Amino acid sequence: MSEPRSILATDCGSTTTKAILIEKDESGYRLAVRGEAPTTVEAPFEDVTRGVLNAVQEVEELSGRTILDENERIIKPEGDGRRGIDLYVSTSSAGGGLQMMVSGVVKQMTAESAQRAALGAGAIVMDALAHNDGRLPHERIARIRSLRPDMILMSGGTDGGTVTHVAEMAEIIAAADPRPRLGGGYNLPIIFAGNVEARDLVSEQLDKKSELHIVENIRPTMDEENLDPARDMVHELFMEHVMQQAPGYNKLSTWTDAPIMPTPAAVGAMTETVAHREEIQVVGVDIGGATTDVFSVFEGETEDEDEEPELVFNRTVSANLGMSYSVSNVLVEAGVDNVLRWTPLDIDAAGLGNRIKNKMIRPTTIPQTLESLMVEQAIAREALRLAFEQHKQLATGLKGIQQHRTIDQAFDQTLSGQTLVDLMDLDLIIGSGGVLSHAPRRQQSMLMMIDAFVPEGITQLAVDSIFMMPQLGVLAELHPEAAMQVFWRDCLIPLGNCIAPVPAKARPGDVLAQVTLAGKTHEVIAGEMLLIPSTGQEKTEVTVEPARGVDVGEGRGQTVTRTIRDDGVVGTVLDGRGRPLDLPEDPAERRELLWKWIRALDIYPEE
Amino acid sequence: MAHAYTPGLQVTPHTILRKERILPLKGEVLVKEGDKVNGTDIVARTELPGDVDIVNMAYELGSDPKEMKAKMTVDEGDPIEAGQAIGKTSSFFGLFKHQVNAPNDGTIETISEVTGKVLIRRPPLPVEVTAYIDGTVVDVRPEEGVTVQSPAAFIQGIIGVGGEVQGPLKIVVDSANDMLSPDLIGEDCADAVVVGGRLVTAEALKRAQEVGVAAVVVGGIHDVDLEGYLGYALGVAITGHEELGTTVVVTEGFGEIQMADRTFQLLKDHEGDLASCNGATQIRAGVIRPEVAIPLKGEAEEVEEADGSMAVGDTVRIIREPNFGILAEVTALPHELIAVPTEAKVRALTVRLPDGSDLTLPRANVEVIVS
Repeated sequence: MSEPRSILATDCGSTTTKAILIEKDESGYRLAVRGEAPTTVEAPFEDVTRGVLNAVQEVEELSGRTILDENERIIKPEGDGRRGIDLYVSTSSAGGGLQMMVSGVVKQMTAESAQRAALGAGAIVMDALAHNDGRLPHERIARIRSLRPDMILMSGGTDGGTVTHVAEMAEIIAAADPRPRLGGGYNLPIIFAGNVEARDLVSEQLDKKSELHIVENIRPTMDEENLDPARDMVHELFMEHVMQQAPGYNKLSTWTDAPIMPTPAAVGAMTETVAHREEIQVVGVDIGGATTDVFSVFEGETEDEDEEPELVFNRTVSANLGMSYSVSNVLVEAGVDNVLRWTPLDIDAAGLGNRIKNKMIRPTTIPQTLESLMVEQAIAREALRLAFEQHKQLATGLKGIQQHRTIDQAFDQTLSGQTLVDLMDLDLIIGSGGVLSHAPRRQQSMLMMIDAFVPEGITQLAVDSIFMMPQLGVLAELHPEAAMQVFWRDCLIPLGNCIAPVPAKARPGDVLAQVTLAGKTHEVIAGEMLLIPSTGQEKTEVTVEPARGVDVGEGRGQTVTRTIRDDGVVGTVLDGRGRPLDLPEDPAERRELLWKWIRALDIYPEE
Repeated sequence: MAHAYTPGLQVTPHTILRKERILPLKGEVLVKEGDKVNGTDIVARTELPGDVDIVNMAYELGSDPKEMKAKMTVDEGDPIEAGQAIGKTSSFFGLFKHQVNAPNDGTIETISEVTGKVLIRRPPLPVEVTAYIDGTVVDVRPEEGVTVQSPAAFIQGIIGVGGEVQGPLKIVVDSANDMLSPDLIGEDCADAVVVGGRLVTAEALKRAQEVGVAAVVVGGIHDVDLEGYLGYALGVAITGHEELGTTVVVTEGFGEIQMADRTFQLLKDHEGDLASCNGATQIRAGVIRPEVAIPLKGEAEEVEEADGSMAVGDTVRIIREPNFGILAEVTALPHELIAVPTEAKVRALTVRLPDGSDLTLPRANVEVIVS
């Protein structure tokens, strides 16, 4: 396509519709302005385009560009006198997003592959049914009936493998006679992406009761996963059915130059684009009020060492880990002690339950005191940690396959299906969501992410301050160059780097590594943290010389030299706390240590 | 005068209440437009497909799934009764016989020659929708349900548990600041909607269940007591399906918080009147709050809902610690962003506290008390 001079992109969220205007100047594509307005899928408007137009009108006012004509239609292409735009794209998560159930034969194999495909397509997976999920048939039927998903993705059986178990699952789904969540006059879309030999049997059961679509097997052989056909079909059906139930989408889809994408799928697309173009391994997280999404791109498994590993994208959504609607659930899942371990104050644990629940029932309130902020950020650490744990469990290699090993590797007791998340190889962590993007001090966001993700070696951290990744993700499908330029220049706020040596053993006070950055050498001391202010240079060299038995990425005792960005708003954090990150059990001792780190990084104002 | 928007909960002595009473699946509407209905009257009815029993016939009969149909004594679509033979096999020239009986009444839905399993659909489950409030049917959606309308006093709570109930209002405390303790719940509270003050204790909830109280309406509850009552910790505020015996509507929040005077007085004004009460809460997009609706006799004028705007002189409640639950008067609504002790710069307001001191706090942390 020809080079667009101006691009309009919107994201219709559950509560807010956000519009951004990207313009091209001599230096390339830049974010010009952004506008927002309440989403209008509910009464009295019941038309999503109203919210889009309102957000676009704000963009018009702020930019001085005319985008809408007198009939409120988007003017395309751009004409003279800053009139119109060349390209318009949109994402959406309004109406609760896409809610799916998946099924497979074996929970850890085909059901897990189906889960990865659905999550990658931007869905919330409400449940995964499998032959070995420990439930009785009638329990599975009751579950399908009570959840009422928007769509079901069925997998199961490698090609030529089991037919009986697949047929049984089809019988169960047929018996449940599932109705779509949003009701109305259409049959529930079901995608079958399993054993080719079971297709007729599945059709026999489900053709009349649902709108059945058959695509290529998600797991044609044990050691091959083929997610794309199922993922593409999920997107297609999302547009055809689910989005059609949301008022105004038909109209909106005629305005856009590319199909409307589910918001999480767009964020995933952007994460993947960044990882592939920069050849880096990335973790992205979006912590919202109700849910936390984690995206990652890591190198996949290879059968032999000479093979170049492919970058593998994964996404998970932790449906009930969030900072307002789900804040109470974080406390339930993490436990009070795990939350309070991050606060340097002596908080009354008994009163904490009431406080957290009051936040849940009045989700729009904000911390007003320092103590309240500390508690909220402690909860955020646990929500992020738990969401990342869930992500690690799903972002794995394929389970159940035989690995070819040489004699040398025969004593290496790694199993197939291990997590792909390797914290030592992780290059970049991107955080977004109110608690990270709007923390009063950027250091707070940086430390929350370091504590929750515990990166190892050298890792860059950044926040997406206005959550522009959805719009850039859908734009990347049409114009990756423009999306990448805006991503690095205007979307990300670089915070800095974390250098965390991993010692086999260390005593407090031991020197773990010498770090030479911008001509100065600093020591990483066990049990301590240090902040080196940024030099402001976009690229600089850092050399980390670890002590004996300490790893910073190249093996124990091996020096690492790397080019890093040193223009973060916080700087480089030298984290000598070791891995895993264990805090003292004794509350007084722990609080003293937390205060020491807080002062070293200037996290909170001194009272 | 400066205005700011903050959503509050509805507490109104007169409103025209409309309740949609819709079936989960299409069915039959039993009333017509203009009918007068009581809250307990059934206005629509449908049948949900029955549960399914799965019998592993091939295994039970010791036969190959492909040969199973020949051994079935019933066909797909046949009605069956519990205990009725549905499959038979014999071996050794009829010497050994084996029979499989239906576990429940129902209909044979499928006989699978692939899995060897038989699906039996139990009889349909009737689902009935009541009017919930005493009132008039003002709209009928054929096969779907109705809208019932009534003039009513109406109170929204902040969180609740348990479903729809009806009962006479019974005020068992002297003031909005009293605690609802078990000794205040006598046998005469059975089937009543009991109103307490600042807190309901765990013991009082237990007592309410024992006595058969329809619902408890109260200012506050400790989260540990709610957990004890539910039997699990409440992670997300999506409630209403619990089967607890006694519905709970909390008007102010978690902890000991005096019920707003206006709410308490309104409930007191209607002591003895029949109230419809629902604990269902959903704090997500499309928010649902628990409620107490008291249908009024005669006519009432529709009161325009407060638009949520806030002005100097308004009474607000502080809804975040410190000072949680305190009522205060708005003295200023500054335009500029103001830094709070967390260092965040926020839209703020200044209020006068009951002790006469002034306090500046985020606008997000107050709610307007409609006067």
